[in-house]
Amino acid sequence: MDQSYIIPFIKSVQNVFETMLQLPVQIGQPEIKHPGDSGHDVSAIIGMSGDVEGSVVLSFPTATATRVVAIFTGTELDPGHEDFADAVGELVNMVSGGAKAQFSGKDVTISCPSVVIGQSHQVYGRKDVVAICIPCESDCGQFNVEVSVRQDTSAPVATN
Amino acid sequence: MKVMLVDDSKTMRNIQKGILTQLGYTELEEACDGLDALSKVGAFQPELLLVDWNMPNMDGLTFVKKYREQGHKTPIIMVTTEAEKSRVVEAIKAGVNNYVVKPFTPDLLGERIKETLSRIAA
Repeated sequence: MDQSYIIPFIKSVQNVFETMLQLPVQIGQPEIKHPGDSGHDVSAIIGMSGDVEGSVVLSFPTATATRVVAIFTGTELDPGHEDFADAVGELVNMVSGGAKAQFSGKDVTISCPSVVIGQSHQVYGRKDVVAICIPCESDCGQFNVEVSVRQDTSAPVATN
Repeated sequence: MKVMLVDDSKTMRNIQKGILTQLGYTELEEACDGLDALSKVGAFQPELLLVDWNMPNMDGLTFVKKYREQGHKTPIIMVTTEAEKSRVVEAIKAGVNNYVVKPFTPDLLGERIKETLSRIAA
């Protein structure tokens, strides 16, 4: 995967959490995700299509997600509450939207987010696209941004 | 002033409601997508709309076009993650009066609302 796609996600996740939650995020060393890596409890997933295609997953342990959602919504919510999934979905929406805006000259569309909640689940993307895991640390705990995108080679080269 | 919030995320609508209430706007109506908004504008008669772009069933841009086709001149602020310049231009051409990129601070949204309303009043 083109490494230049990673920096926009790092900048975007820091911007979203700082602006909407007043929560600074420290970024660890991005690594290639392998099948069988440790699972997630809460995953918000969004698809990208157009000049860049693939998926983005914002994944949390339950405790981190609960703290993040409490700050974001101003309410303590149980992970089973429908508003919990809505809040996590909106976070991945903003992270993905902010990142794609930094893909210079690329016309990219993002999907509506999906959210999966369940202890230690796995999220599998396309087999032909490498997934990069960006580890994030905050006062609410650790979480990951997993980016699995590639340039659509069939798309015409953008000129703007 | 009557304000309609059009966003598929209840979390985002609640955040906007909190900001608007602090600014003194208390007559608020919510819609979860463009179709829902179109079904509610007739009865509610909003004086300002905050509209998301990416929504299921009917996206915000389509809603804005259809709303303008009906002859409504009510100011619309697009509040969206779509930050590319080409998207902003597309929205303005469709009839959006102002634009706020998510994530936003309460101060920024408040400023854009005041700016939009003062432009309309001028």
